[in-house]
Amino acid sequence: MSIQVQNISKSYKDNFAIAAVSFDVKEGEIFGLIGPDGAGKTTLFRILTTLLLANEGTATVAGFDVVADYKSIRRSIGYMPGKFSLYQDLTVAENLSFFATIFGTTLEENYDVIKEIYVQIEPFKDRRAGALSGGMKQKLALCCALIHKPKVLFLDEPTTGVDPVSRKEFWDMLKRLQQRGITILVSTPYMDEAALCDRIALIQKGAVLKIDTPENIISKYDKTIYDVRTKNTHQLIQDLKEYPSQYSVYAFGEYIHYCDKTDDFNSIELENYLKQRNHTEIEIRVSKTSIEDIFMDLTTLNQ
Amino acid sequence: MRTILFIIQKEFRQIFRNKAMLPIIFVLPFIQLLILSNAASFEVKNIQFSYIDNDHSAASRELISKFQSSDYFKIIGNFESKKEANLQMEKGKVDVILEIPNHFERNLLTEKKTTLSVSINAIDGAAAGVENVYITQIIASFNQKIQSELYQYNDNSFVQPQNIVTIPSFWYNNTLNYKTLMVPGILVLLVTMLTLFLSAMNIVREKEIGTLEQINVTPIKKHQFIIGKLFPFWVLGLMILTVGLLIARIVFNIPILGNIGLIYLFTSVYLLVILGIGLFISNYTETQQQAMFIAWFFTVIFILMSGLFTPIESMPTWAQQLTLFNPIRYFVEIIRMVMLKGATFSDISRPFFIIAIYAFIINGFAVWSYKKTN
Repeated sequence: MSIQVQNISKSYKDNFAIAAVSFDVKEGEIFGLIGPDGAGKTTLFRILTTLLLANEGTATVAGFDVVADYKSIRRSIGYMPGKFSLYQDLTVAENLSFFATIFGTTLEENYDVIKEIYVQIEPFKDRRAGALSGGMKQKLALCCALIHKPKVLFLDEPTTGVDPVSRKEFWDMLKRLQQRGITILVSTPYMDEAALCDRIALIQKGAVLKIDTPENIISKYDKTIYDVRTKNTHQLIQDLKEYPSQYSVYAFGEYIHYCDKTDDFNSIELENYLKQRNHTEIEIRVSKTSIEDIFMDLTTLNQ
Repeated sequence: MRTILFIIQKEFRQIFRNKAMLPIIFVLPFIQLLILSNAASFEVKNIQFSYIDNDHSAASRELISKFQSSDYFKIIGNFESKKEANLQMEKGKVDVILEIPNHFERNLLTEKKTTLSVSINAIDGAAAGVENVYITQIIASFNQKIQSELYQYNDNSFVQPQNIVTIPSFWYNNTLNYKTLMVPGILVLLVTMLTLFLSAMNIVREKEIGTLEQINVTPIKKHQFIIGKLFPFWVLGLMILTVGLLIARIVFNIPILGNIGLIYLFTSVYLLVILGIGLFISNYTETQQQAMFIAWFFTVIFILMSGLFTPIESMPTWAQQLTLFNPIRYFVEIIRMVMLKGATFSDISRPFFIIAIYAFIINGFAVWSYKKTN
């Protein structure tokens, strides 16, 4: 096991940031923590990267205890915080050699690890980090986190505020790092990125709701979601919410996602109901369940 | 060791790249030294002087001409009535009103005494005190002169007037040049303020931009990081001292009687105290702004209670005891003693050891709180 978390709790005064969280991450796995802002993802990261002490529970990273062996952990992990936190007034090359030096290594020694990523920013190596574009900054931060060949990589919301193209590139890079045997723990508020992880933990309000592979989470979901669309979207939400057997209704892109309580739901009945309420251009079809639907379900149930 | 050197190198790079900070570090202090040393004077000059001469006699004219010939007084004018003069005082146009009564000369001749009325604007009590002394001196010398003249010519019993002349000898600053006193003091302020502000803001800055967290997940040791971060400011402090001493010597011609090595020895220990305070502040603040405000709060207290502008001896006892915790107080004391008095190490050993112990304690606390808060 690369990361083991057992009953970790952390509270600030009376507010629980995370409550009795447990999960394991296998070696060479990309494990995703999926949850909205304030779910406790960053707190968990800070505990696992030895920046914060948990109130209860134990955790090991790369075989070392986060409290007793924190020094060994710091040598064997790479951490990329959510906020870009490198020296903006130092150049790309200076940032890299700074982090290499404090890890007691050099750029040349571990060049093979970062090579693929570094070649993309190498043309700008004399540019100050502050003058880089968002995507470039992110690549530099990743290089700095990898410069000492870490066994485990922690990425706290690495793609927040990054454009879709760079996001895709970034995930491709993660896949390649995974092939080198690096374990990756990544958090993200984007549900579409969840599908790219090997396994995910859905977390909400400091508690883990589900841990499984994204495929299993979707296939084990027992409810059917329907895409509904009519001409008047606003009125549609109101009316669907008044439908007697409704379970959940929420906007999802250009459709409204509708889920019913009963197993023998008939879409024709719903269509008739909507016609009664003067809806036109009615379209009802079975939707392909996504992680986001399941997350919505789990979180609304929780409330 | 290699790590420390690398952090130091990085720190210097950042200092020299910060285009906004460079002039603040290297130009402003010396402009301040040049301006403040010329302006922060305790001499009271250009006293706005006015008078009401009700007598219009030879004696009254002579008294007024004495004021005219003094460098300290600037004659604003003569008023017809006290009322008019008071009005000008209220407007802030005059500082001193001298009223010469009717029959001033006649009373002097016949009764051998008369009275003068002097009104002084005492909004600034210290300045008013100085003005009072100047005026009394001028009147006393007039008095002495008129006495001898009157006695000689108008009194039958001729008595040789006896003059006692006191010639004071001002040790360590025999021309009473206030710059000799102020320049070393202001230099102390500059060295202190800059190193305190820069060091307090520096570590907070790493917190603000998030790099501190990044540093904390690396195997870097806390002492390596602290030394690496603060050492550049220790060097900067000594550099500012050097340039300041050069300006003091070349521009202001301040004597440096003692061993200059002694000043450096003391400053190098003193800077540890200041850097420790800076580290302490940065541990308990989250932004550079907060750090600035707290640093400023302490600096103001330290400066005003340092004995630089007001003598410690004239403070109330409790305040005098408080100044014992003020590092600036010791620095001001020592730099003046070494530069102006030529003090040797044995003369300054007591404040030196106090500062050394101070440095030890404050850095102990600062490192302890750094470990606790970060």
